[in-house]
Amino acid sequence: MIEKLVPLFSSIPNILFVIASAVALLSAIFTVTRHNAVHALLYLVITMMAISLIFFLLGAPFAAALQIIVYAGAIMVLFVFVTMMLHQGEATIIQEKQLYQPSKSLGASVLCIILLAECLFLLSPLTGEEPLAAFSQAAQTTQTETLLLTGKAATNKAVTDKAVTISGTLASSATVSGATVSGNIGAREIGLTLFGPYLLLVEISALLLLTALIGAFHLGRRHQEGEL
Amino acid sequence: MIPQEFVLFFSLALFCIGVFGILVRRNLLFILISIEIMLNAVAVLFVAASHYHNNADGQIMYLLILTLAASEVAVGLGLLIQMYRRTHTLDVDRLSSMKG
Repeated sequence: MIEKLVPLFSSIPNILFVIASAVALLSAIFTVTRHNAVHALLYLVITMMAISLIFFLLGAPFAAALQIIVYAGAIMVLFVFVTMMLHQGEATIIQEKQLYQPSKSLGASVLCIILLAECLFLLSPLTGEEPLAAFSQAAQTTQTETLLLTGKAATNKAVTDKAVTISGTLASSATVSGATVSGNIGAREIGLTLFGPYLLLVEISALLLLTALIGAFHLGRRHQEGEL
Repeated sequence: MIPQEFVLFFSLALFCIGVFGILVRRNLLFILISIEIMLNAVAVLFVAASHYHNNADGQIMYLLILTLAASEVAVGLGLLIQMYRRTHTLDVDRLSSMKG
């Protein structure tokens, strides 16, 4: 068990990951247990920032930036505005203390800890076997495909532009992944994929956002007396 | 390279904290916050998979989760405001007017 934990502290990105994930988990626990909604929201911002740092360590700078902009920026502003509208100082906190008593959450915490322990056992360094054979095998096959692709790109000049980009990026990541830092997946690759094979999903999410806009407008409207 | 098991463990732990929040809180605002935490846990998993498989698909899924979360928060907070206007409380147990 202890030997399995050693690689976690072997390099600086790993240590940063441990610190960031500890901060995220602690602040998430504080978020769900505070009585004051404003304090909970501030802890939630810390969680989002820690997760953003983890994205950065996982080689996803674009996702990290989006996490800050959308979650810690836009979504949090929505929450804070609603809290401003509904929060009435001491009265709300007293009411909330009646609604949520930490002593009464024993059952839920036991259930959640059982769930977590089960997941931990499935993943686990405890069983001693290779825990995620499928996961790492898939990663390895991707690596070999990468090598094949780069070989092709080197020999065959008539490959399409996209294949060149993909193999180029994968080649750079394949050469780097032997070192401590694996390749980054930047905004360029995401953009090419998003507006290539996933174009339909962009349209669907546009529809989703429009629906949400209309729904939120309708729900937030102040209804007249007698009208429903 | 960050070991995969630990990223998975982090994601699962975050998800369990979200489940815990939904189970113990009766305030609608906190239930929405817990849902946000759970969505974030899944997003971490997608970005991690994208990292270990060296392709961008996981981050596309992250973008979609982001869109979903934004819409969900907008509609959820609209419902929250309506609930407060009608019942003057955020206790979800008070929403029992359909009970017999």
